[in-house]
Amino acid sequence: MRLADTLRFARDAATGTPLRTALSVLAMSIGVAAVVILTALGDGARRYVVGQFSSLGTNLVIVLPGRSGTGGFNPANAITSTPRDLTVDDAASLRRLSAVRRVAPLTVGTSEIAHGGKLREIMVAGSTAEFLPIRNFELAQGSGLPEEDWSRGSPVAVIGAKIRDEIFGSQTAVGQLVRIGDRRLRVVGVLRPSGQGLGMNTDELVIVPVALAQSLFNTNTLFRILIEANSREAIEQARDQALATLKQRHRGEEDVTVITQDAVLATFDKLLGALTLAVAGIAAISLAVAGILVMNVMLVAVTQRTGEIGLLKALGATARTIRLAFLAEAAMLSAVGALLGYLLGQAGVFALRQFFPVFPAYPPDWAVIAGLGTALATGLIFGVMPARRAARLDPVQALMKR
Amino acid sequence: MPLIELSGIERRFQLGDTTVHALAGLDLAIAAGEYVAVMGPSGSGKSTLLNLLGLLDRPDAGSYRLEGRDVTTLSPDEQATVRSTRIGFVFQSFHLVPRLTAAENIALPMTLAGIAPAERNRRVAQALKDFGLDRRADHRPDQLSGGQRQRVAIARATIMQPALILADEPTGNLDRHTGEEVVNLLEALNASGVTLVVVTHDPGMGARARRQLVMEDGRLQSDTQGGR
Ligand SMILES: Nc1ncnc2c1ncn2[C@@H]1O[C@H](COP(=O)(O)OP(=O)(O)OP(=O)(O)O)[C@@H](O)[C@H]1O
Ligand SMILES: [Mg+2]
Repeated sequence: MRLADTLRFARDAATGTPLRTALSVLAMSIGVAAVVILTALGDGARRYVVGQFSSLGTNLVIVLPGRSGTGGFNPANAITSTPRDLTVDDAASLRRLSAVRRVAPLTVGTSEIAHGGKLREIMVAGSTAEFLPIRNFELAQGSGLPEEDWSRGSPVAVIGAKIRDEIFGSQTAVGQLVRIGDRRLRVVGVLRPSGQGLGMNTDELVIVPVALAQSLFNTNTLFRILIEANSREAIEQARDQALATLKQRHRGEEDVTVITQDAVLATFDKLLGALTLAVAGIAAISLAVAGILVMNVMLVAVTQRTGEIGLLKALGATARTIRLAFLAEAAMLSAVGALLGYLLGQAGVFALRQFFPVFPAYPPDWAVIAGLGTALATGLIFGVMPARRAARLDPVQALMKR
Repeated sequence: MPLIELSGIERRFQLGDTTVHALAGLDLAIAAGEYVAVMGPSGSGKSTLLNLLGLLDRPDAGSYRLEGRDVTTLSPDEQATVRSTRIGFVFQSFHLVPRLTAAENIALPMTLAGIAPAERNRRVAQALKDFGLDRRADHRPDQLSGGQRQRVAIARATIMQPALILADEPTGNLDRHTGEEVVNLLEALNASGVTLVVVTHDPGMGARARRQLVMEDGRLQSDTQGGR
């Protein structure tokens, strides 16, 4: 039998039982669509987090109080030990290090901002002029914090875009006086809208000099020290130097944790990559189930078409011809299902991207290839048994059965 | 040289503890171009004989020579080729593929044999005309009458221009008038040189054949031609 004839025969046979065919195609397509959508979600999450971390700043090294043995986050440690606090002087001491370009101390807290009868809750970040360049924040209007002695704390503030909109509306914000907590500050700059940032929404952030923030929150400790290394290659060196310096300042006690962006990134990358893989594995199970369904459909088809198989043999069909015809039918079911599932999945992630534009929901290539491959392979593998059964039927017995 | 030469054919079926001798020690020769009716009571082995002649079944003992060649020792694929090119079947219940049109059903043996579409179309068009089915080409079997269905089946049996046509009660499912038409068609084929073996329960139809075989318990009870 010619290939084109085999395919046409298989197609006619499949469309001859539309409901059964549609159901197994549907099962297969749901399996493939699940792989596409779930891996797009997993990989999207990975890309999203990695992207967010990258936007924290370039060549970033972060010092946080408290000891962590592994150099990563350790919540248990953070609770049990009472670390020595980080101070502005600690931060200042790091500015002299050779591998370090910039240092910004950071203290945070919540307060409220008031102007012209309007009032709202805000997040306050106390830092220095270096904060904006280290974090890659850009200004929409005005200027950043003044270059001044870190202990001075001029009464100025840089405000987020959303705060500006809500407090000032269409008025100019720069130059206006606002009340933050019990202080009166002058707005010197407005941040460019950045959308959702990791951990800190800059649109609802107010940045003030670190000394001012510390007196506002009645503290002399820091939340973090942000360090920008000279280059990517200098990140490790900056980390070691910072750790050594702080250890020396803290009487030889290594009571701070220094993390590099690379390490955090790598951890998240690995974690979310594994998650994507796991999700893909789960989706693959539905593909196997679909494969078994195809087998079931084909077995029913063989039983139902026993008389026809006997006839084909009487008309001179070889066992191979019959095997191929049934295998082609199984392959067709899974191929159409896989294709449909692929389109369905792509439509699904497209819709996801429309609804959540910040979320990069793209299925990774490997997942698409593996999904389609698994679908076709299971369809074929599970089609072999029914096809062989059909080819082995005894023609006389088959013809008698109607 | 006879077209068909059976000697010492045995075909046994095991049914529980008992062995049924569907064919027992059968010797038979049929020359090319003959018109043979096979008759006998139900269960006498007529269908078993026909299946054997059509290479759908293998004997337990004995030899079957078709056109001088021992065909019982052929591989399944070689037997399929012989069925494809030398033998046409006509069944009592037509055995058309329900989802295929009349034309496609007629073309099926050629499709299975891998004959090119152009040649197929040419031969099918001719067959449709020969069997008075021109206007039924695109009808599916359930849109055809019993007589039309059997005509499609006969057209299909002849489309590969076989040497031998085996018909198992071809008129069994038809009324007298349409049965008559079908017999006329088969006889016309025989007149053009095709060997025809028909199993029938109808004495009238059996009498029209030039040679009658009567079977009983798997043996030839009588043969109007008397042996070989
Ligand atoms: N597959 C089988 N298994 C067991 N016994 C069988 C089988 N096929 C045929 N037989 C037996 O062999 C004998 C001959 O059967 P066969 O079908 O050849 O009879 P027949 O002459 O065609 O009868 P009918 O006129 O009813 O069609 C019967 O006894 C039947 O029961
Ligand atoms: Mg019979």
